[in-house]
Amino acid sequence: MLLGKSVTEILALIKNKKISSKEVIDYFLKRIEKYNKKLNAYLTVNKSYKADKSKKIKVPIAVKDNFCTKGIRTTASSKVLANFIPPYESTVTKRLIDTSFFILGKTNMDAWAHGSSTETSDFGPTKNPWDLSRCPGGSSGGSAAAVSSYLAPAAIGSETAGSIRQPGSWSGVIGLKPTYGRVSRYGLIAMASSLDCPGPLTLTTEDAAFILKIIAGKDEFDATTAPNEVPDYVASLKKKKKFIIGITDEYLNGVDCEIKNAFYQLVEILEKLGHKIKKIKLLSPKYSISVYTIIQRAEVSSNLARYDGIRYGNDRTFFGSEAKRRIMLGTYVLSYGYYDAYYKKAQKVRTLIIEDFKKVFKEVDMILAPTTPIPALKLGEFEKYPFFGEMMDVLNEPAAIAGICAISFPFGLTKKENLPIGLQLMGRWFEEENILNLTHQIEKETDFLGVIKKGVKNYPD
Amino acid sequence: MDNYQPVIGLEIHIELKTSSKMFCQCSASYFGKPANTQVCPVCLGMPGALPVANKKAIEWTILIGKALNCQINSFSKFDRKHYFYPDLPKGYQISQYDEPIASHGWVEIAYKDQAKNALTKKIFRIRRVHLEEDTGKLIHSKNGTLIDFNRSGVPLVEIVTEPDFDNSDDVKRFLEELQVIIRYLGVSDADMEKGTMRMEPNISLRYQISKIKNQKLPNYKVEVKNINSFRFVKQAIDYEIKRQIEILKEGKTPLQETRGFDEKKGITYSQRIKEKASDYRYFPEPDIPPLVFTKKYLDSIKVPELPWQKVERYVSLLGIRYEEAFILTRDKNLADYFEKINTKFKTQIANLNLKIQNPSQLIANYIVNKKISSQLPPDEFINKLIENLRPKEVDKNLLEEVINKVLKENQKAVLDYKKGKVNAIMFLVGQVMREMKGKVEAKIVKEEIEKKINKK
Repeated sequence: MLLGKSVTEILALIKNKKISSKEVIDYFLKRIEKYNKKLNAYLTVNKSYKADKSKKIKVPIAVKDNFCTKGIRTTASSKVLANFIPPYESTVTKRLIDTSFFILGKTNMDAWAHGSSTETSDFGPTKNPWDLSRCPGGSSGGSAAAVSSYLAPAAIGSETAGSIRQPGSWSGVIGLKPTYGRVSRYGLIAMASSLDCPGPLTLTTEDAAFILKIIAGKDEFDATTAPNEVPDYVASLKKKKKFIIGITDEYLNGVDCEIKNAFYQLVEILEKLGHKIKKIKLLSPKYSISVYTIIQRAEVSSNLARYDGIRYGNDRTFFGSEAKRRIMLGTYVLSYGYYDAYYKKAQKVRTLIIEDFKKVFKEVDMILAPTTPIPALKLGEFEKYPFFGEMMDVLNEPAAIAGICAISFPFGLTKKENLPIGLQLMGRWFEEENILNLTHQIEKETDFLGVIKKGVKNYPD
Repeated sequence: MDNYQPVIGLEIHIELKTSSKMFCQCSASYFGKPANTQVCPVCLGMPGALPVANKKAIEWTILIGKALNCQINSFSKFDRKHYFYPDLPKGYQISQYDEPIASHGWVEIAYKDQAKNALTKKIFRIRRVHLEEDTGKLIHSKNGTLIDFNRSGVPLVEIVTEPDFDNSDDVKRFLEELQVIIRYLGVSDADMEKGTMRMEPNISLRYQISKIKNQKLPNYKVEVKNINSFRFVKQAIDYEIKRQIEILKEGKTPLQETRGFDEKKGITYSQRIKEKASDYRYFPEPDIPPLVFTKKYLDSIKVPELPWQKVERYVSLLGIRYEEAFILTRDKNLADYFEKINTKFKTQIANLNLKIQNPSQLIANYIVNKKISSQLPPDEFINKLIENLRPKEVDKNLLEEVINKVLKENQKAVLDYKKGKVNAIMFLVGQVMREMKGKVEAKIVKEEIEKKINKK
């Protein structure tokens, strides 16, 4: 009865007394019991649900293990924090709990979110539910896999540059990266502070809109959150808006044929739906990689300085090799005499990238592109790639660097290996409404939802 | 001091007395509180916690900058300063690097030069005033070292001077003036014992070849830490100058280092050798958006009348001597007290049949010399003052009796006076005054004595 139901659908069922919150939570706990060993999507499962007297409706949700959850172990998948139980609640989880969610568990990720495969987790990799020999993507791989295999009806992830969209794409679910500053980072264990962005991974566009509405908005505990009003993302899905959509060859270089085909197929559909497609010129994503690498490493080296061994039990020897590499590189680029050559220059190029998007967004409402150049890689394959697979985020980094919003959604499967293909829409700053609106239109007019449903059915009750 | 000229610069830390900490809502008043009771995820540097800047602390830093004649920068930002120390929970301190809130200021000090008996004025430049957070506190015990984070994140203003000082007396005067200014602003108690004002002098010496001032800075400098009184600053600087001269005379260069001050022995001792400037890997704090101040906002921050301005007003408008004006203005409460009495007294004086040349100076004298306690409410002070000023009814008989007694006991002085030693009479007047316990005016006593002696 519940299999594959979205958050919105489950809420309706509970409201109509067709099922209780407890039954729903027990249902998912049972599924986790059944499948988590195989997938390793969850690091910690929260079995503490007790129906309170207020009979408040609670829908379960999975949360990436880098959000501090009061009383629930939070590790960021690093052994350094193996025993860390936060004494406080992150703003995102607090807002979820205060509305109608129950934190079902904490999901696996690349340690400290350093990676794109969930393989750098100190607690073992998460498997791609579509093919257990493959990566789910990362760093929010546990969250993506949990939704894809229906071990949760939705999950919270975080993205620094691709960590929501890329695993969303590889695991065949919807992944929304909001505008930087749209969602509070308070309580999110920092990776690169000027880029980090919490967002939902869901089965439907409506769920993404629903969850964003809850978690978005100004937070007095995060000075970088924007005061912009939070629109009713769900209500605005109903209008069938027409958009001018930009496409660019820069985002198709080196992209797998099947993904390219899916891309062009969608272009055709969008035109048929009455949207205007416009060819645009954007800076090559390769510049974003350089900028991202420097800024992210610099901020990582600073953000990890607090794990000096004095608090939290485990000392610096518990850092994995990827964290160590990033600390070393970040320390180097911030060193006296190198700061101007690296960090400062990177910030200047970052400004150019932002200007580039601003220019383009005068011509188009949003940009359509593939989410990843290739479908899910096999476990272990990442090591063959430089920067431990960050190249898989090449198409995600420009939006992250510019801080704009973007959404990835599944669009068919590869014929060869039957793996999900992800495409993405990148929108103007604080125009989540528009990218959600178009994704919703695509959802209604195409069969990409079929991919998600198909994925869920691989994991029967 | 041979041909060596001291080059001294100062770094002063002022802890602000805002109600909450710099980046979180914890109480900033930690003094005497049980360890780790004024803490939260932010000031403990917990994973995921974020700083939100305290507006009041920013406003007060601007106020300090203005009071020190600084340029207030309309754009400013916070930076992360990285170093590892157990009392620094994030592994970096949120501070300000290349865009401080205020810069390019100056402070003038004025003092009576005893030798010249003239007012000397000197200007010392302020390089920058910036805002940062304080660290936790390490408590060393037999069983190990403990950390108290109550102080972690308390707003701290750092004031850096140019190396404009060449002697320890000026340093002491400057610091005293600075302390009074800060207290006037009401932004800190600037209490050295409690650590809400801390200072670190940087001392080095340059060789003076000719009379032309050598402007080149020495190629080393010694920083002295852990000094908790102005007197000790002076001692530490004087000791350093002597120590460094000895080294330089041997043809060596003193080590670039941080030294502590041993107040019992009055000497400095080596703490940490600094071969080169530390690499703090500064970069802009991404968690706090840059600060942009509008002119309207900056104009709304008003500096109150400062101590040196009060001194000038007292001297030029109230006609008070510099010495009393200076003392009265060292404590703003005392200055306020004085002004209250001064205003009230002046309205009352018209109704009194008293001839007073300069009532302000008179009040100043009474307060400074503690002739009447300044603990009294202003009205009571004035009543006592008036009582003191009223001409005294003299008991003629008693006076005559005393004069007779004094003249009898001091025949020699009487003789001296008669021989023409006019001054001798003053001794006799003094004796009578003492016996009369001051209940008579000296002028009257003198007249009476003269009458008596001349009669004889």
